[in-house]
Amino acid sequence: MSAIHHPHHLPTSISSSTSAFLGQNNFNTRTQSVPLPVRSNGSCKCVATPSAEKSANTTKVSRNANMAKLQAGYLFPEVARRKAAHMLKYPDAEVISLGIGDTTEPIPEVITSAMAKRSNALSTIEGYSGYGAEQGEKPLRAAIAKAFYGHLGIEEDDIFVSDGAKSDISRLQVLFGSDVTMAVQDPSYPAYVDSSVIMGQTKQFQKDIEKYANIEYMSCTPENGFFPDLSKVSRTDIIFFCSPNNPTGSAASREQLTRLVQFAKDNGSIIVYDSAYALYISDDNPRSIFEIPGAKEIAIETSSFSKYAGFTGVRLGWTVVPKQLLYSDGFPVAKDFNRIVCTCFNGASNIAQSGALACVSPDGLKAIHEVIGFYKENADIIMDTFNSLGFNVYGGKNAPYVWVHFPGRSSWDVFSEILEKTHVVTTPGSGFGPGGEGFVRVSAFCHRSNVLEACRRFKQLYK
Amino acid sequence: VPFRSETLDGKRVGHCTNVPRNVNMESLRTGYLFPEISLREFEHIQKYPDSELIRLGIGDTTKPIPDIITSAMAEELVHTSYVAFSVWQYASALSTVRGYRGYGAEQGNKELRQAIAETFYEDTGVKGDEIFVSDGAQSDISRLQLLFGSNVTIAVQNPSFPAYIDTSVIVGQAGEFQEETGKYRNIVYMNCLPETNFFPDLSTMPRTDIIFFCSPNNPTGYAASRLQLEQLVAYAKAKGSIIVYDSAYSVFITDGSPKSIFEIPGAREVAIEVSSFSKFAGFTGVRLGWTVVPKALLYSTGFPVIKDYNRLVCTSFNGASSISQAGGLACLSPEGYMALNAVVDYYKDNAKMICDALTSVGLKVYGGRNAPYAWVHFPGLKSWDVFAEILEKAHVITVPGRGFGPGGEEFIRISTFGHRESIAEASRRLKSLFIHN
Repeated sequence: MSAIHHPHHLPTSISSSTSAFLGQNNFNTRTQSVPLPVRSNGSCKCVATPSAEKSANTTKVSRNANMAKLQAGYLFPEVARRKAAHMLKYPDAEVISLGIGDTTEPIPEVITSAMAKRSNALSTIEGYSGYGAEQGEKPLRAAIAKAFYGHLGIEEDDIFVSDGAKSDISRLQVLFGSDVTMAVQDPSYPAYVDSSVIMGQTKQFQKDIEKYANIEYMSCTPENGFFPDLSKVSRTDIIFFCSPNNPTGSAASREQLTRLVQFAKDNGSIIVYDSAYALYISDDNPRSIFEIPGAKEIAIETSSFSKYAGFTGVRLGWTVVPKQLLYSDGFPVAKDFNRIVCTCFNGASNIAQSGALACVSPDGLKAIHEVIGFYKENADIIMDTFNSLGFNVYGGKNAPYVWVHFPGRSSWDVFSEILEKTHVVTTPGSGFGPGGEGFVRVSAFCHRSNVLEACRRFKQLYK
Repeated sequence: VPFRSETLDGKRVGHCTNVPRNVNMESLRTGYLFPEISLREFEHIQKYPDSELIRLGIGDTTKPIPDIITSAMAEELVHTSYVAFSVWQYASALSTVRGYRGYGAEQGNKELRQAIAETFYEDTGVKGDEIFVSDGAQSDISRLQLLFGSNVTIAVQNPSFPAYIDTSVIVGQAGEFQEETGKYRNIVYMNCLPETNFFPDLSTMPRTDIIFFCSPNNPTGYAASRLQLEQLVAYAKAKGSIIVYDSAYSVFITDGSPKSIFEIPGAREVAIEVSSFSKFAGFTGVRLGWTVVPKALLYSTGFPVIKDYNRLVCTSFNGASSISQAGGLACLSPEGYMALNAVVDYYKDNAKMICDALTSVGLKVYGGRNAPYAWVHFPGLKSWDVFAEILEKAHVITVPGRGFGPGGEEFIRISTFGHRESIAEASRRLKSLFIHN
């Protein structure tokens, strides 16, 4: 991944905060907490001296070899670290964050008032609730089924409410276990690959090609319209597919998804379809994999209110596991997922669930569409800017991400150049896999004034 | 209604994928314990709709959350604190430009981490940056298992909270289930029974990498003494093991027993501690907990465990709800803490009422003193049978001890959360039922 330019090193701080802490609201960055022992080249310099004393200070528990396979920190804390370092270097610079896809616009009041109401109700005897169903509160499950899958035959009890897609991806990996094979788009959201490594599904990272052995990487490039050539993809048990795509912004067409579903059916694979950005679609591309006939027998869909309702901090998402999805022996996948949810989780926060219920009310849906529209306008502005500068620009139309091509250049170099010269944080494409090299992802989550200012600076740098 | 499978063996007819079912999931014998209890409860209510069922099963808190905490979650509150830039987001504030916050640090809000360190770990050397705020202990236990991986061995108390064993099975550590003993082959079960005074005999224990230890204990209610925990820490040190110490019930301690493993010198090099706002603050639905991973805790190579845990938290999680964290901070304010202690005292009085009632009819009752659970012994009887009898005849839901492991057979766990009137009524019914003892 970033191995070439950034040798694996311990962070100087454990508290890798994201944009919420670092300057988003003009607060000064406080120096981070106590540093860990400095480490170089993979060996730890311990406080204790070797041999007898060292064994007195270490346990005899072996480190999980899967964790050791991970090449660097998770991508977004790495970006946040760079940003923090930059702000220390230029304390007066007005850094603009178009890196981590963190929402910025306030949550509509119809939603926050529902959460405030639920909070207050918890202080009353009638309104107090303790443990909820691990799968989520029934009215919410029903409302999600109706709002997003109403005409698709997905029912209330196919829906599992969660604290967000990232947790769900991890729980799905735990569900599948270490013996399955998986395919991902290249580039893709790093959580699919990283959680796969942690679960032990992969072999070692191969530095020369920047890929983990045992993962099938499905190349998504401008040349193939960001949809993989399925004839070149080997069979895997699981196929992770995100559409609209993070980071490329590409939304698969009905025809493409029909082919993908057929591919999965022919191979007996399960698609894990990440639809977290579905409401950003401008044209008539499918918003859910379940719009494709036959998908219920081969797909799981995961989604989130993070990018719809600004719930990145509130934490609410869901996963659909249709009853019709069966393992090779006929055992329903949903039954095992239910068991995992009951054992490894204890339900999403009840207050967040009240917020989500308000999100899918008629007024709520109207309000979140307005916020989404705002971010889409941001994306348009960013796209227009890079287009006008002569870049090849992708995405932006169906997703809050603009994928800018810098042919022949290292994406971390471009990231650093943009940060150094314009004080704008982006995300280097190689952080999403080797297929991201040569690209930079610019996210559209920002106050309008900051987007305009960032674009002004881009024009200055690349004129 | 809990999930129901279509056929007797749970399988369906229809298109099958070619994806094999995870063999670890097959290894789990039954559903998770507490949904099973819910199912029984549901069936009972169908059968006796007018029975006025009393729920002393799942340890679910019942008293409303003090106003000072929920209003902190609901309203905008400018928080003056020693951390200059830290302003809490509250639900309403999230609707304002100034108050809106997006992603938080996956490890938790810094001020909250610091407050947890100061409230619970004063004088133990535990620092705020060793604390990882979470959506609760159940998620954390699972994340810890992911951290350790499938190649470690574990020991659990027998009986114990079922999540330790079940997550161990799911992650692939546990080996086959052995019908004769009711145990998983690779797991070491440390007997915590009346005969051993509810503390394991460490001298006869085979070494394991990880030792799960819950004190005050769910389900037995026993709180280990300082001397016992010193033995446990010394044992872990000698064997090079890591203790995962579950202190979720520490606030219920009444007899001066240690509230944290880190009160024991040397524990920072051998232990992780998991805890929760669930039982302390009634946050069972709000969802907030934390895990302490000391920087001094090292793998056999010297690699700090905290570094991997941090990586896991950043990859498999995205932080506890910001609103819950705001509530957590209010819980640890002086007023909030005082209000919560009053609620805990209420539950403690419940426990005394039930324990006295059961003891008065000659039952052998353990626990109840340092935990919100009474652990009642029915020698020679099967716990699911006793559970069924209590449910059928007294319309009281409890939890059969067998659900916590083979060491729980012959026991019933009665949780002592509940409205005082319900507790009084349950006490009356149970006395009636067992008066012949």
